[in-house]
Amino acid sequence: MADKSELVTVRMKVNGVQHEGRCEPRKLLVDFLREDLGLTGTHVGCEHGICGACTILLDGEAARSCIMLAVQADGAELQTIEGLAQNGKLHPLQQAFHEHHGLQCGFCTPGMLMTALDFLRVKPDPSEADIREGISAVLCRCTGYQGIINAVKAAAPILRRG
Amino acid sequence: MKPPKFDYHAPKAVDEALALLARYDGEAKILAGGQSLMPLLNFRLSRPAALIDLNRIPALAYIKEADGSVRFGAMTRQRTIEFSPVVAKRLPLLTEATRWVGHLPIRTRGTIGGSIAHADPSAEYPAVLTALDGEVIARGPKGERVLKPREFFQTYLTTSLAADEILTEVRLPAMSGVAGYAFEEFARRHGDFAIIGIAAVVVRDGSRCSMARLATAGAGPVPVRLRAAEEILEREGFGDDAIARAAAKAQDLVQPDADIHASSDYRRHLTGVLTGRAIKRAMAKAGR
Repeated sequence: MADKSELVTVRMKVNGVQHEGRCEPRKLLVDFLREDLGLTGTHVGCEHGICGACTILLDGEAARSCIMLAVQADGAELQTIEGLAQNGKLHPLQQAFHEHHGLQCGFCTPGMLMTALDFLRVKPDPSEADIREGISAVLCRCTGYQGIINAVKAAAPILRRG
Repeated sequence: MKPPKFDYHAPKAVDEALALLARYDGEAKILAGGQSLMPLLNFRLSRPAALIDLNRIPALAYIKEADGSVRFGAMTRQRTIEFSPVVAKRLPLLTEATRWVGHLPIRTRGTIGGSIAHADPSAEYPAVLTALDGEVIARGPKGERVLKPREFFQTYLTTSLAADEILTEVRLPAMSGVAGYAFEEFARRHGDFAIIGIAAVVVRDGSRCSMARLATAGAGPVPVRLRAAEEILEREGFGDDAIARAAAKAQDLVQPDADIHASSDYRRHLTGVLTGRAIKRAMAKAGR
């Protein structure tokens, strides 16, 4: 399909907007989002699928964009942190993180929010233990997690009501 | 930390993928869910001439019941398995084990075929395949081979798949509706690879045990079926003494290597402890 230095065309819908770019097949999805589409809200952390900072929603499900190739997302629908707030109004999950001190430096926050969003769809009424397990997919080095757990707990009933 | 250059192919059918594999003559890697291979590429620990991406082959993703077993297309996602009602009913051990595989965002992409073909001995699916004595289907230019776990897993990250073969299907015999089961695991943090994991399935007949299946993750270069421990339960039943003896036997049956995460002795100790816990929990769930 594509030899080493040949460029491939990649088309994807990100936050409802259709994008197209050309890149090498080895380009990671997270780098494509940041460098080719200018969507720098998704962060590059460990680059080997451990820290969760680069988590996005791929066709509605959380996935790590540093261990996926951009060409693999050709034809997919993505949601990134940039798509959460609507018309300048924070998403209820973002609002909960704001109110409950769910972030300090903010580096893990995009991945934490996308992970929590997927988690709350799968488990709309989670126990605290469920939340701890759910967010263990993302590493945070500032908050000690308690604020994040409180934020997810507070957001759950709001998201359940829709 | 970016992958080295490679040719990229995304065939639409298995035959096309096999032709590509043959063409690269051992220099190509199969890309399934990518949750292990992509990190290896990012670190440049693997430098294949080409990637053959199976993600565009829809015919490789399915869950089908047939002849008392459940067949999984190799590209069936772990997330699909986790939430599959068929799996929950026929293979509840697999449902439980799946929750130990990485984290939800990993399971979104990770596949059953990829996990088994990668053959990390501390992974959960190879242990489940071993406990249930399932089969994998390897397809190559000369047709299909059916492989049992003992033939398939050779050593760390090494299987008996030939360079021109692709793992296309995993078959697991459906569990008896009255079987009890448990997947016990210890890792530093939930979602990390197991230091030790134990898969257990038991069928009880009052206080007697009519069938026991026990297998390990993380206790050696390949998953270990703990047959001599199973026999203790099948002979002596589910009394506390029998369970303690089975757990002690499990500990004797494994020869784990030491690594950065745990010493060999510690892994052996955990094998005994977790086997005991797995048997007790499985027994409590078993009908009759």
